Order: sequence, then structure tokens, then C-alpha cells
Amino acid sequence: MAGGTDALVHLRAGRSDTNVIVDIKKIPELMETKFDPLTGLTLGAAVPCHQIYENTAVQSAFPGLIDSTSLIGGIQIQGRASVGGNLCNAAPSADAIPILIAYEVTCLIAGPEGRRKVAVEDFCTRPGKNILEEDEILVSLHFPPPEKNSGANYLRFIPRNEMDIAVVGVGVKVVIKNDTFKSARVALASVAPTPLFVREAGAILTGQPVSDASINKAAQIAKAAAKPITDMRGTTEYRKHLCEVLTRRSLQTAIARARGDQS
Amino acid sequence: MSTQSYEPNMVLSKKQYKVLGTRPVRHDGADKVTGRAIYGADIQLTGLLHGAILRSPHAHARIKSVDTSKAESLPGVKAVTTSEDFPEVGNKIAPSGAGGAGPAPLKKVQSNILAMDKVLYKGHAIAAVAATNIHVAQEAIGLIDVEYEVLPPVLTAPDAMGKDAPILHDDLKTIELGEQTNTVSNISSHYQFKLGDVDKGFKKADIVIEREFDTSTVHQGYIEPHAGTALWNNDGRIQIWCSTQGSFTVRSVTALVLDLPESSIKVTPLEIGGGFGGKIPVYLDPVAALLSKKSGKPVKIVMGRQDVLEGSGPTPGSHIKVKIGATKDGNLVAAQASLAFEAGAYPGAMVIPAGMCVFAAYDIKDVIVDGYDVVVNKPSTAAYRAPGAPNAAFATETVIDEIAQELQIDPIDFRRKNAATEGTRRADGPKHQRIGCTELLEAMEGHPHYQSPLEGPNRGRGVAIGYWFNVGLQSSCTISVNPDGTVALVEGSTDIGGTRTSISMQAAEVLGLQVQDVQPTVVDTDSVGYTDLTGGSRVTYSTGMAAIQAAEDVKQQMIGRVAKLWETEPDQVEFSDGTFRAKSDPGKQLSFKEVAAKAASTGGPIVGRAAVNPSSAGGSFAGNIVDVEVDPETGKTTVLRFTAFQDAGKAIHPSYVEGQMQGGSVQGIGWALNEEYYMTPDGVMANSSLLDYRTPTSLDLPMIDTVIVEVANPGHPFGVRGVGEANIIPPTPALANAIHNALGIRLRKLPMNPVKVMEAIWAKDGSN
Amino acid sequence: MPSKTRVVTTINGEETEFLCEPRQSLLECLRDVLGLTGTKEGCNDGNCGACTVMLDGRIVTSCLVLGVEAQGSQITTVEGIAAGQELDPLQQAFLEGAALQCGICTPGFLVAAKALLGREPNPSEERIRFWLANNLCRCTGYDKIIRSIQKVAADRQGANT
Repeated sequence: MAGGTDALVHLRAGRSDTNVIVDIKKIPELMETKFDPLTGLTLGAAVPCHQIYENTAVQSAFPGLIDSTSLIGGIQIQGRASVGGNLCNAAPSADAIPILIAYEVTCLIAGPEGRRKVAVEDFCTRPGKNILEEDEILVSLHFPPPEKNSGANYLRFIPRNEMDIAVVGVGVKVVIKNDTFKSARVALASVAPTPLFVREAGAILTGQPVSDASINKAAQIAKAAAKPITDMRGTTEYRKHLCEVLTRRSLQTAIARARGDQS
Repeated sequence: MSTQSYEPNMVLSKKQYKVLGTRPVRHDGADKVTGRAIYGADIQLTGLLHGAILRSPHAHARIKSVDTSKAESLPGVKAVTTSEDFPEVGNKIAPSGAGGAGPAPLKKVQSNILAMDKVLYKGHAIAAVAATNIHVAQEAIGLIDVEYEVLPPVLTAPDAMGKDAPILHDDLKTIELGEQTNTVSNISSHYQFKLGDVDKGFKKADIVIEREFDTSTVHQGYIEPHAGTALWNNDGRIQIWCSTQGSFTVRSVTALVLDLPESSIKVTPLEIGGGFGGKIPVYLDPVAALLSKKSGKPVKIVMGRQDVLEGSGPTPGSHIKVKIGATKDGNLVAAQASLAFEAGAYPGAMVIPAGMCVFAAYDIKDVIVDGYDVVVNKPSTAAYRAPGAPNAAFATETVIDEIAQELQIDPIDFRRKNAATEGTRRADGPKHQRIGCTELLEAMEGHPHYQSPLEGPNRGRGVAIGYWFNVGLQSSCTISVNPDGTVALVEGSTDIGGTRTSISMQAAEVLGLQVQDVQPTVVDTDSVGYTDLTGGSRVTYSTGMAAIQAAEDVKQQMIGRVAKLWETEPDQVEFSDGTFRAKSDPGKQLSFKEVAAKAASTGGPIVGRAAVNPSSAGGSFAGNIVDVEVDPETGKTTVLRFTAFQDAGKAIHPSYVEGQMQGGSVQGIGWALNEEYYMTPDGVMANSSLLDYRTPTSLDLPMIDTVIVEVANPGHPFGVRGVGEANIIPPTPALANAIHNALGIRLRKLPMNPVKVMEAIWAKDGSN
Repeated sequence: MPSKTRVVTTINGEETEFLCEPRQSLLECLRDVLGLTGTKEGCNDGNCGACTVMLDGRIVTSCLVLGVEAQGSQITTVEGIAAGQELDPLQQAFLEGAALQCGICTPGFLVAAKALLGREPNPSEERIRFWLANNLCRCTGYDKIIRSIQKVAADRQGANT
């Protein structure tokens, strides 16, 4: 257990039959944040959100991660909750996972057999379930170094202005060269059993000029890929609609950041 | 205590007072900002056990058996109780029912506290356990085996009124227009209010608009869960410490439910963390008492948040039809309403107050209102701040808005043209006394908010008003004069929002004292005369009146002492500005302090007392002007600017009057935009946590500007009207009207959340 | 009966030790074990902020921290905000500005507001509202709470100029 802000809630609700909790916050490797502009960011699994968004190197290199970590819960939750925990909790609505997918993050896992790496888009397997074996823990997340002219953003829709679970969330990263998309990655929250990496939405942008037309096309693909349910937070139809709206808006922000217009 | 300077925001009454209208720091302030104040869950007692309650997972089921043996043998468990431990009460009637509204069979009150043969909602309490700590208690309730025969639930009033609806109570027979029938149904009662001839009235109309509305179940949302602690002592006396809106209510309900004399029960009200009507019904105290009897120790029971949402009393969802007719020059000529309210599991929805208020802001001669109190498989409803009236106003005020728009008359102007005044008859019969509806509307129309243009796309402005009658009810008060001329004031109205100070201010005004020289205490049921619950916007009014009369009593006694000292008759002594003067010789004076110092030598302690039961109260009108921006791509509504108006009569402590207006407004905003019980078809509340039961956070709101309109209530010595409730009434229609003004869509179902707004946009565009 | 762990921590500046079961939250330890009932429980799942305390310089919802996790930590609760007999300016401002009605949320707001002004002496209204979004109030509509915090910030700015 890192921050415990999901784990303790599950335990108390009887959704977990654990008898023993191991506090991993004393393991240095899980609490470290190491950034090198050439090799990228290694983020310990248990680092709390507030340490992430107060880290100036992360602020300038991975603004999309700042978006997510500033949105999870409220200030008090961010004092404890971690990105690693948000990932391991594996909720389809997780606010940290889409941007991890957009950033092409790799997960470093340790177990009795040794260590292994998993692409973050493969980490969640079913709602609330992840790829870890019973005797494995998530050690850290590795972010490749940011490319030039790249921009990323996490945008979610909630009915209030804070504290809610995402009705739909979108994480995007774009790399732009000469006003053309060199590459793009789009991932969605709350529209499938796990966070959804929409490869086709990013693929459709590659080589395309940066324009409303290309952005709209990607947004339509994201909408088509989404398979949301109707529940107390939104209807299927509404969520699909939001996929299109938020993908479009998120891409626009990421593009502006890639162009250096805003941080 | 210091006062804070403020910008005038009030239409002031003409009379100036010394204490009334100032803004002293409240007497209980230091305790509340340092964490010293003891709320319901804070009490510590030697040997305290912790209780937990087993609640039904089913919305509707017969209980076939309850086996508590495994729970009883869990180490640490000291007592277990079920409804078997209730005394048999036969056909006795309790003065107020499970939800607090109107008389009800006592057995039904008992069965909401601990279920008997049926469970009628998910969360219905069945059994309780007392153990050495809360975790053991919670483990123990997991060991209680209950066999259920699950029955189909019914969840809305229209469904429950239908022919083939599952029946909740096979002994509930409809009372139809005051007559008991033999029809078993889910309709507990149907009443009707009638003025004039509504068919004739509609014939005079040039425009008639008839609309249907649905409002969802919402919860009062107090941050402090229910908590009750009981000690059933070896002498047979029960002591209870709890958060409650009415300590005397707790005493009488506990006495009835346990079939004991009231004198065997003493209730000490602790500080209370919000109530809004939801802490009027009694849930935990009798259960804690039974557990205490069986264990021989004091037992504390505190509800968890899920229990609060599922096991206490939210306010009724409703299905409402409103039809209003007007002439083309803007005169309202007829109005009709049908109000079908979900009472929850037991009868007693506040559908009568809804009928009293639905058209009460307007002078309409031909009116008919039909109200239906309908049981459904949801928690038994309780009052929520002007109960019933917000549901009704959502309907009326949006239809009024439609008519005004059709007739191209300004919405405030249209209301002012038709405003109720002194002498206007309410649908339920009584005539309004002196009221401030017109003054309220004038304040709204002239306000800079209304006068300023609203610019920008997808933005709109909406207005609405509402009325609440307020109540009087019984209050007692004692004032004892200390030898140094300060006084101790004892009263029994639990203080949810600063009333012990507003009551003290009124006593201070009468006695010419500074407010910090009046020390108030809210006491237990043994220490003060009978006092009805804190609610109905009655405390500053009615308990204030008791304090005024007790102060007058003190004054008269002291006049008698002065007369004695001056060897003259009492009618030769007068009192003003804190000083006693001889009428014949104004130079001859004694101060309040000086007379107090001589109490012992002039006859003994000076103790003033009063008990009041005002038969009515001054009604209060509230109004809103709200500006919104709606995102047409997401349906999300942002409140840009909000001004709340209310006729409070004389505002005793303006900061707390403003606070009531702001708090009620924000509850109304939550009700309008996000709050609801999201029920599965099985009758389970899917969103039973504060994560998904979405009350407004600080980030969801602008500042709430306030304007207090003071039209003095002739029924109170200082002109006080109750202020607590009316402010929750206008926000839902004001926001509906603002959303319409922004995007041209009319929403008639609450909450107007982003999904619903988006669906309305699609319907209007014919798209998607 | 589960065995208890001994926890040594510093609460409101004083070294404090207590025994607790691993399953007991820090909130439960403060209230039921140590008798510090100023911190309140509203929901027990991190959504209302009534249980807010400072833990090693950050505000947290103490219902989602286990008592055993507080080993070696510095904790500040509402009971530690006043300087002895003298109320903190925030407490005084809340009283004068009528920023509380029932008062149950007030301890959480005071701890959160003190943390904010300790890091950002002159926050905008938007920033104050964002910072306090994890603290629910049902009585006041937040208006007077925000204004009281603004007043303290403004007074401090005035004192510093």
C-alpha cells in the first residue's frame, strides 16, 4: 500500500479480503523521482501526487502528468495518493493512466523471479485487476525523454469541478514538425473495461497537417472506439459524445503546448 | 467581542436598536474553532461500548428469520437487540410518525427503528450489536443471519399509485379527502385544497400552460452523521446524549417506543453538525438504550455515511403537474396543481406544506391543489428545509417564467403584478398577514445584478421566488440575574446555526445589557420547560419570544425591587436604556447592575421565566437572481453570479441571516444541478457515498450575494420572521429559468445535470 | 483480539505515544484513543475533509491514513492551531466573519486554510476555492469561509507593507 486512498476504501467496503498490508513507502526506489533530459523520468510507484506536481523538472518536461496528478481527488488526497497506486488500482476511470499511455510509459515490476517490464497500456487487464502476479510489486514507471516540439495533455469531464470520478478522460501526446503531426497517441478513461489506448486515433494523425479537419477525424475515431456503459455517472450516448468533444479539446491543448504557446 | 464592519446590503427597517442588528461573535464560538465543542460522536463515557446496525440489503422483503447467535458469541460483543426487544404497543398512535410528519401508528414508528416482519427499503435497520470497539461490532453484524423472502420493489409515486403496484403495507388504507376508505394501496392519503372555481377561472385565461415535472430524492447532506449514546442506569433511568434537532422529541419518541414514562428519560443535546430537518426523526437512541439495558454499559451508535444516505430520511422525490392561466395583460386567473410525493417506506411525506406553498406567492382567486402521500421502497422521508415547497416551486416558478415569456412581460414585473399581499388567501385557506412579497420583488428589480447586462455566448439569467409559512410552536426560557448584573439564559433549542446568540441578543435588547453579559446555555430536558424542535424557522422567532418575555419578567421583578428600595409603587418606576428611573424624579436612578447587586436584600434571587406557543409565524419570501453559463458541448452549467433575497423581518444578527440565505441557496444549487438518489431497478442507491452523491464544493460556486429585506412581522415584538428555510426554495427554478435563457431549453426533471442538459440540447436540435 | 502496535509521533508539538490495531485509522486513533475529538468523521472515505489534519507538512484526510503509518510523523490538528489562550488569526476571522454555522466542518477548514496561507500568503479566490475543494460545508455555502481567509491574507499583506 502506498497512499492507501483507494486500498483502504476497498478494504472497508469489503471488496478485498486482504489480511496483511505492507507499507511500501519506506522502500527508497519506490519513493524516488529521477529525471534526466537524455534518459527520461523514472517515477517511483509510491511517490505521492503532490511531490510530482511540485517537481519543477516534471512540470516542464511532462505537463500532462501535472494535469493528472493535480486532478486526482483534492489537495488532501494528493498528499497521499500515488500514480503507481492509481495504476495498480486499475479502475477504468483512473485519472493517471491515459496520460501514462500517451507518454509511452513502461512499468518496472519486481518479483521473486526478478524484474520485468510491461507497457503501461497492457498493465490493466479487467476493471480493478492488473497484470501483477500475487507476489509481484510495481517498482517504478519510466517515461521516455520528451521529444522536441511535443505537447501532452490530460483532460477529463466531471459534473462538479473537483473530487469526482471522470465521466470520460482523455490523455494525448503529439509531436509536431512543420505544422504536421509527426506522431500522436490518444488514450481514454471510463469508456471500456480498462483504460483504452486508441492506436488508430493517433495513427490517423501521423503525417497529417495540424488542422481542425485532422483533429476532428481523430476525435471521431476516439468516439467510435469507445465502448462505454450507462451508469450513475453517465449514459453510453453521453460518454461517446464526450469522447469526441474532449479528444478534440485535449488535442488542441497538446498542440498549443507543442508549439510552446502555453505550459 | 468585536463586531466586523460590513457593507450595507439591506433594505433596513426604520427602527434602530442597540443590540439587534449588530454582529457579535457567537457565545459558542471559541469552543467551535478550537475543537473543544462536543458533538454527538465526541462524547466519552467510562465503559462505553460501540454499537453497529445490521441493515437490509433488499429494498422490499419479508423477514422470515433472524439468527443472532453467532454474533452474540463473538468475543467482545456485549449485547444484541432486534425489534423483539420492543414492548408490545398495540394500536397506540404516536403524535408524529417515522419521518416526523403527523400522527402514525406507534408500531410503525418502532418498525422503522428496527424492522419487524418486513424490510421496506435497502438500509432498513434490522438488528444492532454493542461491542468493545467499533470494528468488533461491525464484524458481529456480519455474523447475523437473516432469511429474506425478497419481494419486488416500487420506487416512484406514479408507479406506486398504479393498479398492479407491489403493496408495502397491507394494513394501509387510503384516506380520501379526509374520509377513511377500505382500499388497501400505497396511497396513504389524498387531500385537496380549493379556492373559488378553477374551471371558471381557466375560462377567463388567454394563455394556459400546463406542465409535468419530476424531482429526485435528495438528502439534507449534513456533514455530521447521526450519533446517539444511551445509558440505561441501574435505577431504571435512561440518559441519552445525542445530536438532534429536538431533545424533547427524542425523549417523547424514546418513551413511546419503549413504553416508559417520559420522566424516566433525560436527553442532553450535544452540539449538532447540521440537521436541516433530517435530525428530527429518532433512529438510534432507543436502539442504544436497549443495548445499554442488555449490556449494563453506556452504548454509543454513530451512523456511517452510507447508513446516513440509506438509513435516515431524505426528502421526497415527486411527480408534479402544474397548470396556470393568465390574461394577456398579465393577470393570473387560475391555477391547478397535482403533487404526488414519495413518502418512502412509511406515510408522512410533506405534501401538505407543498400544497400550502405552491401558489402562495401569488394572488389567484381560483385554485385547486391535489396532494398524494405515497409510500415507496425508499428510506422513510424526513423534512428538508421548507419541506415540499422546493419541489412545488420548481414547477410553479418555471411555468410562471414560461407565461411571462409568452406574454413578453419582464419576469420580475409579472410576479410583482400578481404578488400576494396582506389579505391574499392561500390555497389551504388562511389569509396572509403582513408579508414582504412585493418589497422582495422590488428589491430584486432594483438590484445592480438585475440591472447589469449579461454578456457572452451560452449565458443566461433566471429569477424565481418562493414562500414558506414558518411555524411558532412551544418554547421555554429562564433568565437568572447574577449578582454582578450579568445574566444566565437557559433555553432548550438545539443550536444549529448560532441561535443561542440571536436569542441572547433579544434578551439583551430588552434588558439594556450588552450581548456578552447574557450567557446562554442550551440545556437538557430536565433543566428547561418543554421546547419544541429546532426547525420550521422557529427558533429566533419563538424561543426568541420566550427570551423576550422572560426578560420582561426579569424587568418587572426588578422594577418591584426598585419600588421596594424607593418605598414607592411599581407603577412609579420605569426602565429604559439599562436604567431604572423614578417617574416623578428622573434624577433618581439605579442601574441594572446596582439593582442586581441588591437582589438578596430585596427579596432573593431574580429569576425570570416564560413559556410561549405562538399560534402562527410571519411568512418569509425568498428570491434569486442567477446568471449561468452552459457549455453546449458538455451540458455543464457554471453558476457565474448569484444573488439571494429574503424578507427576514428584523434581522437580529445579520451575519447569520446572510449565512442562512447563502447556505440554503447552495443546497438549492446542489439540488438543481447534481444531487439525486440514483436508484437501480432493485431499489438500491447506487451512489451512496459523498463521492457520487454530489453536493457542491467550494470550487463549484461563486460568492453568494445577499439582500435582507426587512418587513417587520407584526406578530413578534421585534418584527422577526423565521429565515432558515425559504431560501432553499427559489434556486431550482431560478437555475432552470437561467438555463432556458442561455440555451432555449426547458428542463423539467431534477437534477439538471450535464447528461440531462445535453439530452435536452439534442432534443431541441433534433440531432444525435 | 488483534495485537496492538505502539506508535510514537508528535502531535501539536508534543511527543505522543499510543497503542493501536493496524486496522484503526489515524482519525480513529486521534479521536477514540487519544481523546482529540476536534477532528471529525463525516464520511470515512476521503470525500468530505472533516477529518483533515496536517501530516508532515501536508494536509491529508486522516480517515485514509492508518494510525500505524503515523509512526515518527509530525501531526497538527485543530487543537494545535491556537497559540495557547490566543486564537490564531484564522480562528478569530472565522468567528468575526460568521464563517461557521453548525461548526462541524470548521476544524477541517481551519487546518486546510492554515496550510494554504502557510505556503501561499496571498492566494486568489480561485486558488482558495481549489485548495478547499476537498472540504465540504453544507451550512454556509462557503462564501463567508472564503472571505474570512481572504481577510487574514489581506491583513498579513497589510502588516507586511
